[in-house]
Amino acid sequence: MRQRALGTALWLLLAVAVLVVYVLAPRFVSDFHTRDLAHAGVFFIAIVGLNLLTGYTGQISLGHGALMAVGGYTTAALVVHEHWRDVWTIPLAGVAAGIVGFLIGLPALRLSGLYLALATFAFAVAMPSLLKKFSGLTGGGQGLRLLEQAPLQVTGLSGTVTLFGHSTSQNHFLYYLTWGIGLVGFLIAWLIVRGRLGRTFRAVRDSEVAAASAGIDLARAKTTAFAISGVYAGVAGALLAIQSEIVNPLSFTFLLSILLLVGTVVGGLGSLPGMVLGALFIQYLPDLSTHVSTAQGVPDFVFGAAIILVMILLPMGAGGLLRRLAEPLTTRLYTRP
Amino acid sequence: MLLAFDWTQLAQQIVIGLASGGVWATLAVALVLIYRSTGVVNFAQGEMAMFSTFIAWSLVHHGLSYWAAFALTIAISFLGGAAIERAVIRPVERAPVLTVVMVTLGLFFVVNGAARWLWTPETRSLPNAFSTRPIDVAGVAFSIQDLGTIAVSLGAVFLLWLFFRFTKLGLASRAAAVNPEASRLLGVRVSWMLALGWGLAAALGAVSGMLTAPALASFDQNLMQPVLLYAFAGAVLGGLDSALGAVVGTMLLGVLINLLGTYVDWIGTELRLPVALAVILGVLLFKPTGLFGRVSAWRV
Amino acid sequence: MPDTPLLELEDVTARYGPVAALHGVSLSVGEGEAVAVLGANGAGKTTTLRAVSGTVRRGGSIAFAGQSISRRSPESIARLGIAHVPEGRGTLTELTVHDNLRLGAYVRRDREAVREDERRVLGYFPRLDERVSQRAGTLSGGEQQMLALARALMLRPRLLLLDEPSLGLAPLVVAEIFRIVRELNQQDGLAVLVVEQNAALALEASSRAYVLEVGKVAVEGDSASLRRDESVRKSYLGY
Repeated sequence: MRQRALGTALWLLLAVAVLVVYVLAPRFVSDFHTRDLAHAGVFFIAIVGLNLLTGYTGQISLGHGALMAVGGYTTAALVVHEHWRDVWTIPLAGVAAGIVGFLIGLPALRLSGLYLALATFAFAVAMPSLLKKFSGLTGGGQGLRLLEQAPLQVTGLSGTVTLFGHSTSQNHFLYYLTWGIGLVGFLIAWLIVRGRLGRTFRAVRDSEVAAASAGIDLARAKTTAFAISGVYAGVAGALLAIQSEIVNPLSFTFLLSILLLVGTVVGGLGSLPGMVLGALFIQYLPDLSTHVSTAQGVPDFVFGAAIILVMILLPMGAGGLLRRLAEPLTTRLYTRP
Repeated sequence: MLLAFDWTQLAQQIVIGLASGGVWATLAVALVLIYRSTGVVNFAQGEMAMFSTFIAWSLVHHGLSYWAAFALTIAISFLGGAAIERAVIRPVERAPVLTVVMVTLGLFFVVNGAARWLWTPETRSLPNAFSTRPIDVAGVAFSIQDLGTIAVSLGAVFLLWLFFRFTKLGLASRAAAVNPEASRLLGVRVSWMLALGWGLAAALGAVSGMLTAPALASFDQNLMQPVLLYAFAGAVLGGLDSALGAVVGTMLLGVLINLLGTYVDWIGTELRLPVALAVILGVLLFKPTGLFGRVSAWRV
Repeated sequence: MPDTPLLELEDVTARYGPVAALHGVSLSVGEGEAVAVLGANGAGKTTTLRAVSGTVRRGGSIAFAGQSISRRSPESIARLGIAHVPEGRGTLTELTVHDNLRLGAYVRRDREAVREDERRVLGYFPRLDERVSQRAGTLSGGEQQMLALARALMLRPRLLLLDEPSLGLAPLVVAEIFRIVRELNQQDGLAVLVVEQNAALALEASSRAYVLEVGKVAVEGDSASLRRDESVRKSYLGY
């Protein structure tokens, strides 16, 4: 009994610590870095969703950048064409991407492993072309600029944001908005993973044959996973659009999809806390690479070399390392002496 | 109606399509090679081919003739491919598939970055492999360049087939890909077979790159990215585990895309790739092994 | 009996990851001898063969023709003349029967002799001869076992390691396989170490036998006496 109480207390302590860090972080970093952190938050949301699909349900997707595009362009289109206020578009962006995710999930019912990876990769590759083609809606190659819409409140030129009567600096607002949504998203994902749906996902990942014979509807499980991860990607895309104040096909190339998968795997498949590290990895490593040298090609080289090194040294990602480190503690808490 | 149809144009467009397909085919066979031996799709195959093309350019720049550079580049690429396998793939040989995929993605950036660093981003060009004169076949004008490209691509793949079918090393390589454990018991050094596979794949990639570049007025480090995509599409269409499928798939794809682009206005240049990809997806849903493959794309 | 046994295992251990499967096995096979390894499921019989061929993590001393092989890779052990027909046969299903046989002789350089051996081996297994250009995956279970054995013989091994040759096969086919093995042993002097669940068959085909229990040798002796010993048969061999 005491061990259980201790365990719960530690979790609560951890949760409080996380909240404290969330609230106070911008005070300790420059405004510019707050902006960076907000950008990392976008990645975080997207890869939490991707982890649900790839880490927990075992479906590889190299197309989540395209799902982010769906979210981002939904937000941009609503703001530019329908003059919505940007923050209220976020749920709709999530739903739109969720629907597209569901549609992608349909062929996934029949494709396995690498074929699925290639199919989703194809989707990611095709996205910029599709965006350019339907230029009436998407602004074609130029994209859409959210900044110039008059009713837009978030990014006033004065650099402050007013929401519900309170105002803060733009970068701080973006940080709090993004990571706030991120923490909520994390909580939801955590609940999913712990619940029946999570068990269903894991069963599908571990063995489809076994899952099917245990009565699991594979089709529903997979399309649900795709849809949910799509919602996350859509929300992330919407936030990206809001942060960048512009969307164009170049913001959502297949490189973004690759980056998301890298973040998920480096963070640790099947590890939600690892996604924080994964997001920071893909946010800061390209930057850090430029510190090594800004000569042409060197940052890419360093980035790629870092990915390879991490994969060789930590095949289970950061999450795997976290789990191994936490093992003595968790076994102490959860097993009888 | 039949007489009004421009058969000449059709024939010409088919050959042009086959030529693009040929370039994709060599890269696609490289992908299949690595898929069969290592179990993953090498996302860096295109970048490796691009790197080889730049090496060829440097050799030509230093005075070698196109074909001398061609041969030397193939040799260098072979060694490079084998070295990459030893250095970067071997440590993760037993890791889960996704980890190896990640490594190839990392390799994508490494090779691309290296190419950007070693060669400045200005565009450059390779001399033409073949004469640019058109040739007359049965009253229809074809480009020697196109016919030559088809010949060299198919020739390279054919040579590779001869190697696998008739040499002891080729046999051992095939065995190592099919059943590495059993092959070890027969004395096959499976690890080295993997390196051999990567070397051959890199050599094929080099052929693809060196045929792609001359057809363009100029090229830069992004040269092979579209080629890789079409090669993927063609390989999947043909069946990822079948080299024959990869060749047929990419050639078919080349012809299909070219004909669609020529005869269907709506498609134009932007939608060529999405259309190709949609076709692939359609085929996969009905014939999950691809046209020639044996390993099903469907989960059991 | 020759002085140095062809194969000598002393206190050999083996493990699969953290799980230890052999806890100190000692046995020997003399030149031209046929030896059986018996025991229940999980006793460590297959693991013993794997230890010899180098396909499992092992410790202890393993010597072949006086040379230590306990640190060698499977590829180099094969080159010394040890042919291992694994559990599950290890058929190269994508390749033809002919290619499988060619591969069996991979480490050999004497091309004429290899061709001769292929003819000879196909002579032992006429069913394989009929199917020489077929993909090995299309063969029946019994035919694949024959192929695996034939392929091993193409190595011209000095020692043949046979893992559960009777598994999943009809009695007639099994009898045929053991007949051929006996013939090879008695006429060509091929040393054989055979692992079998079917103790009766194995005892008939061998001159000596070891019975393993939980990763150690429980009983050893010559096959004839073990066959007659009722208590051994009842406790260890199940008949």
